[in-house]
Amino acid sequence: MPDSLPPDSVGIVTPQTLHFDSPLTLACGQTLDSYDLVIETYGTLNADASNAVLICHALSGHHHAAGYHSMDDRKPGWWDSCIGPGKPIDTRRFFVVSLNNLGGCNGSTGPNATNPKTGKTYGPDFPVITVQDWVHSQAILADRLGIECWAAVVGGSLGGMQALQWSLSYPNRLRHALIIASTPRLTAQNIAFNEVARKAITSDPEFHDGRYHDFDTLPRQGLMLARMVGHITYLSDASMGEKFGRELRDQAYKFGYDAEFQVESYLRYQGERFSESFDANTYLLMTRALDYFDPAYEFDNNLAAALTQASCEFLVLSFSTDWRFSPARSEELVNAMIAARRKVSYAEIDAPWGHDAFLIPTPRYTDIFGAYMGRVAREVGA
Amino acid sequence: MRPDLEIIEQWIKPGSHVLDLGCGDGTLLDHLQREKQASGYGLEINPDHITTCMDRGVTVIEQNLDTQGLQNFDDQSFDVVLMTQALQAVRRPDKVLDEMLRLGREGIVTFPNFAYWRLRWYLMRRGRMPESETLPHKWYNTPNIHLCTFKDFEALCHRKNFRIKNRTVVDGQHRDRWLSRLWPNMLGQIAIYRITRQED
Repeated sequence: MPDSLPPDSVGIVTPQTLHFDSPLTLACGQTLDSYDLVIETYGTLNADASNAVLICHALSGHHHAAGYHSMDDRKPGWWDSCIGPGKPIDTRRFFVVSLNNLGGCNGSTGPNATNPKTGKTYGPDFPVITVQDWVHSQAILADRLGIECWAAVVGGSLGGMQALQWSLSYPNRLRHALIIASTPRLTAQNIAFNEVARKAITSDPEFHDGRYHDFDTLPRQGLMLARMVGHITYLSDASMGEKFGRELRDQAYKFGYDAEFQVESYLRYQGERFSESFDANTYLLMTRALDYFDPAYEFDNNLAAALTQASCEFLVLSFSTDWRFSPARSEELVNAMIAARRKVSYAEIDAPWGHDAFLIPTPRYTDIFGAYMGRVAREVGA
Repeated sequence: MRPDLEIIEQWIKPGSHVLDLGCGDGTLLDHLQREKQASGYGLEINPDHITTCMDRGVTVIEQNLDTQGLQNFDDQSFDVVLMTQALQAVRRPDKVLDEMLRLGREGIVTFPNFAYWRLRWYLMRRGRMPESETLPHKWYNTPNIHLCTFKDFEALCHRKNFRIKNRTVVDGQHRDRWLSRLWPNMLGQIAIYRITRQED
């Protein structure tokens, strides 16, 4: 618990829940008649509402991107390294909006919420949500907040997909899209990893076809396994090697199958913690949203053709050791933007931390990010 | 604005789609975006330059000509492909020139002239690799691995059937001097060439 908050922190923040009563039609054909979105905001919206920045979260993210909820918080929000006074997304200049997406499990309407039609928890009956659906709901959120046009929509990983989708769905409602450690679509390998994670969850005997709440239980083992597999894909061989090597918890081999290596106990511990705090149905939903995202699909697999819808400027960033969404995937996106003659800047940041590097403030990363956002701020008079 | 960049600017039509190979801190592209409503991209590998480009709103792509090539760009997708003071630093200048004219209707290239009289004099008098304000490095640490003279460059253009649309020579301060126009290969320090494959 910090005695005082760091000077470059947004400080103590309080989430708000916004309720929406107009039906939202989803890509799957179903409709959500009403729903809640939990958001946090940092900074101040200026008079002409031109300085707003939307933060889109990744698979297990949520609305709490920066600052602390109380002085007792051990850790700040998940992207505190990049959001705050003097940080790349400078809250002295920008009004930052961060939300928990539909289908999430941190307060926005998702599988954990009560289905108003039945009075029971949605569970597996909650519809599959796509990246387009999220962006649609975020546009409705922007309407509610009085934001006609975002100065920038920013996201890493699955969040970057939302930023990209924004540029296609609402080209006139954002000036810049920042797509970090992301990809224009998953590869077969990416989908394969998601499938292993889903299979781990759905084959847990406590899963009960997603109705675990009815049985007053949780598929902890399955969710833990899913997280363990996922976690490996967020790190690099080198960063795991540096953090754990072949270090043993005790001095010698025990000739058994319990967690003997440090890396094993780390993965188990992280997996267990995750399985207590995250919802299994949300995990299924988020991984499926990742799988389905493919803006080129409706354009005969021609990504450049899809991108001709966009009119904002793009910043694309990748990280050298990211093998989940490797620099090659970002370059594929950038090349399609070049072919479509969109305004795009691109850099590959040399960082050893694999996919997770987008959360870690390496100097070159924050320099570029800050330089780009500084220019966005000048452009909108923030 | 450096005088050589002013000369280049005159050759760029308003609204051109431009690719700048080795765009540095983006000075030229920034100027072309403002004054000529040009669109396009700069390619750069120096991290500080890339950051400066992003700060000033120049669209910059981190890409290494030597190791990554230019295959990600389509044939004839630019009006002009520029390369200022980088030809001598690439692994295969001849292939980069081919690529420039594959991607663009015309190419504009600037490079230091190794036949400049001061460099000749330096070599003759001292018997050591010339150093000057334009070429300040030692032979062993120079990024300029393919130095050539104006005559060498024109011979290469001739061999490749490139047409030289314009040629200007300037001094070390990038000024256009009448003396260097008189005897460019001896008196010109920096060459600015405008080349094309096309006849008109």
